[in-house]
Amino acid sequence: MPKFKLHLALIVTTFAVLFSSPALAIDFADGVQALNAKSYSDKGRAAEALAATGHERTVTVLTALLNSELFYQKSDGEVFIAKKSGKVYILSSPLTGADLGETKKNALKKIRINNKLRGKLKGLLGGLTLMSADADQRFSAADKVFKASDPAMLGLLERALSREENEDVKSRLTRAHAAIVLEHSKDSSARIAAAKTLANFTNPDVASLLGKLSFLDDNGHPIEKDAAVFAAIKDAHKTVESQLSKWAVLGNLFQGVSLGSVLLLAAVGLAITFGVMGVINMAHGEMVMIGAYTTFIVQDLFRSHFPEAFDWSLAVAVPAAFLVTGAVGIAIERGVIRFLYGRPLETLLATWGVSLVLQQMVRSIFGPTNQEVGNPSWMSGAIETSTGLVLTYNRIWIIVFSLAVLAMLAVIAKKTMFGLQMRAVTQNRAMASSMGIRSGWVDALTFGLGSGVAGMAGVALSQIDNVSPNLGQAYIIDSFMVVVFGGVGNLWGTLVGAFSLGILNKFMEPYAGAVLAKIFILVGIILFIQKRPRGLFALKGRAVEN
Amino acid sequence: MKYTIRTLIGAGVLATTTALSGMAQAAETIKIGVLHSLSGTMAISETTLKDTVLMMIEEQNKKGGLLGKQLEAVVVDPASNWPLFAEKTRELISKNKVDVIFGAWTSVSRKSLLPVIEELNGMLFYPVQYEGEESSRNVFYTGAAPNQQAIPAVNYLLSEDGGKAERIILLGTDYVYPRTTNKILRSYLNSKGISDADIMENYTPFGHSDWQTIVADVKKFASQGKKTAVVSTINGDANVPFYKELANQGIKAEDIPVIAFSVGEEELAGLDTGPLVGHLAAWNYFMSVESPENEKFISTWKKFIKDDNRVTNDPMEATYIGFKMWGQAVQQAGTTDVDAVRQAMYGQKVKNLTGGMAVMNTNHHLSKPVVIGEIQDDGQFDVVWETDGVVKGDAWSDFIPQSAKLKSDWTYPWACGNCSVAKYAAQ
Repeated sequence: MPKFKLHLALIVTTFAVLFSSPALAIDFADGVQALNAKSYSDKGRAAEALAATGHERTVTVLTALLNSELFYQKSDGEVFIAKKSGKVYILSSPLTGADLGETKKNALKKIRINNKLRGKLKGLLGGLTLMSADADQRFSAADKVFKASDPAMLGLLERALSREENEDVKSRLTRAHAAIVLEHSKDSSARIAAAKTLANFTNPDVASLLGKLSFLDDNGHPIEKDAAVFAAIKDAHKTVESQLSKWAVLGNLFQGVSLGSVLLLAAVGLAITFGVMGVINMAHGEMVMIGAYTTFIVQDLFRSHFPEAFDWSLAVAVPAAFLVTGAVGIAIERGVIRFLYGRPLETLLATWGVSLVLQQMVRSIFGPTNQEVGNPSWMSGAIETSTGLVLTYNRIWIIVFSLAVLAMLAVIAKKTMFGLQMRAVTQNRAMASSMGIRSGWVDALTFGLGSGVAGMAGVALSQIDNVSPNLGQAYIIDSFMVVVFGGVGNLWGTLVGAFSLGILNKFMEPYAGAVLAKIFILVGIILFIQKRPRGLFALKGRAVEN
Repeated sequence: MKYTIRTLIGAGVLATTTALSGMAQAAETIKIGVLHSLSGTMAISETTLKDTVLMMIEEQNKKGGLLGKQLEAVVVDPASNWPLFAEKTRELISKNKVDVIFGAWTSVSRKSLLPVIEELNGMLFYPVQYEGEESSRNVFYTGAAPNQQAIPAVNYLLSEDGGKAERIILLGTDYVYPRTTNKILRSYLNSKGISDADIMENYTPFGHSDWQTIVADVKKFASQGKKTAVVSTINGDANVPFYKELANQGIKAEDIPVIAFSVGEEELAGLDTGPLVGHLAAWNYFMSVESPENEKFISTWKKFIKDDNRVTNDPMEATYIGFKMWGQAVQQAGTTDVDAVRQAMYGQKVKNLTGGMAVMNTNHHLSKPVVIGEIQDDGQFDVVWETDGVVKGDAWSDFIPQSAKLKSDWTYPWACGNCSVAKYAAQ
């Protein structure tokens, strides 16, 4: 390895310290080398052999393999742990962890793994970390062992169970233990007990296991030959399934509320420009899109200048998006819309044109491809209850954010001077003007406010959707639907409209499918409007008087 | 400020090409029509292919063009508007007098321009994987047919290495490509002993963004005890929110692998792929495949587009192969006349970027290798499986009863795209 800047002294000392038992060390070194096998099944066997050596670096090496950080040198096939750092890789020895300097990318080749091997590695690592000092690690180890369902783990599990004090970990260990006993044991009373234990775990994985064991073969006989055990499995399966379906309703409700919050965010800006001012703004979706691109730019700046503060990027993006889209909105109002007040058809066509211009402008500047907007760490992942109910963090935050935006708007409209002027102008322009309100500027600012709010929605939507020039188009119809349904010019109507449409959609989707559910909702709204032309909550405003 | 520079250059190139196309230089140049959407929904994918064709033309011109003439691109924008594809095709052939067209992405756009190109006897190279069940005399299909992508992909899922799936979920966008592909897959799965009860089919509109319910349904369908895998024909913009939801709901590739037919390097560019490692895609090309041809292609591309972070993908390779084959055929025929070039196309060979030779068959489909890759955390794919040799593209699927009888062969004595007996055999 003449290429590498070897830190010889360092390696020699580490060797001296680490390897007090030479026989084990040689086995381990061979084992690591064997991971660089041709076929995936050979790699799997090598990993198993490695786990059996009990060497203290096994966990590190297998974790590196799992995370695709294990490489071999193209020239001689020697195996290294390598971490990417800019254009080069930093090497370290899998045997000792010693730093071996850096090398160019094309000198190395990754040891590839596939899904099957990945599952096996997770199982092995689960077994190896079952006795870890860290409770979180033990917790996930118990789950990995549960999934691997390997009868060889039984002894280890029993030992881990006997010394476990943490209740959460203990329950997961019990679950893994029961699953392995039920699937692999020969003792029918132990298996019946295990089935009863599993019935207490309301979880899709448990349901899956019980379902698998209660299959019938081609002749209609259960594959489980022991009738008593089969009955116990059936019972447990039924209990778990019925519990799960109750939780599924709750999950559905959450999804509905979450879809509602997205609709609310997209529509709330429109509730001002269309609802309060009566402007049919087809470029509303593009305001959302510009907000999302603002998020992208802010994140780009954060990535290049303060990468460590990336989690705060959204806190900067929200006001930035408000200001940018607000300014664009004011420009559109002053430049186009103010000449078209009272002529809804022309407004519709003109803003449609504006929306195409904005889309193509963004496409020309940023390119047509999706831009990557990252999730800050507090928005990734989910609260996963053991019952299979998954509440994703980004959705939770978006629900909170949408309500906060609505509250802010309500405060602006009801408690500020600007809000008062805004309401005055929209209710009676002539009267407001003669009271000394500059109605033109109030129009511009109101439109700016609506657009700015749409921009803020863009920040939120960038977390769950594509950031591409087409982002806005997806939301424009939904937004109009919510505003019309909820009642033109009424923030509360928008709130109720958004959430009821969201929940209705989500409860229909499992039965009707996504396409039909959308159609049903649209037809439903059309029928509803026939009955109540002014939506759920009718309000007086300029739009109504016209 | 990389965007603005790139844009200026792009705009410059576009302006020059359109300006050039307006001048009367017909005698000295060979005109190539580029029919890819540069605005609207499909611009996200198609703009890249427009650039690929421009790059190939530039490369060919550096080598002295074809038949002693320089090549000249005529770029038009059908704006993701399907009927406009037909109009622009007519304009390219009748008004601009192009000798060949490279273009189209969605099947509906191809279907829309098909009558026009057949009426005017033009030549189209179509570079995208599609549902098959078509063979036109005037179209060369350089993307994958279902038996070059969907069938091998499902075979992999059912195999030992792929996890031995026993239940399959077919998720797709609601239009012709996913529906036809899934029809073929369903009958194939049935023939492999997977009953309809173990197949779930679900369609969503274009640009669907709320995947919570569907991903939850996938989880539920997968928790019945049998190993489950997802086959995704979800297209375009809907993929990013779909994968984000998969990641957030914690669906790991070891538990429920998702294999996609329309997700490549370009689609993953807007995503953090860390939580998606191990999910799969089936194509004929991956950027990560190591070969001298691929290395050269990637470096030429990065230089042409002036962006070191741009990726390459399968439809780009299909465009590359199609362009090279057309060039060879023109040289062989000594003319750009459509009928002569078509005859010269059969049996034309070009080195694949992934190794091996692509061959153009008389059914207007290519023989090329199939590769299956797993998503890595850097947004690239690692090949986990590939075919031994090349697979011949099949215009008519063997798994749809009505199509199994049909044969496509545009040489004598068949001379037909959808016949069960040869046209000229009886004499």
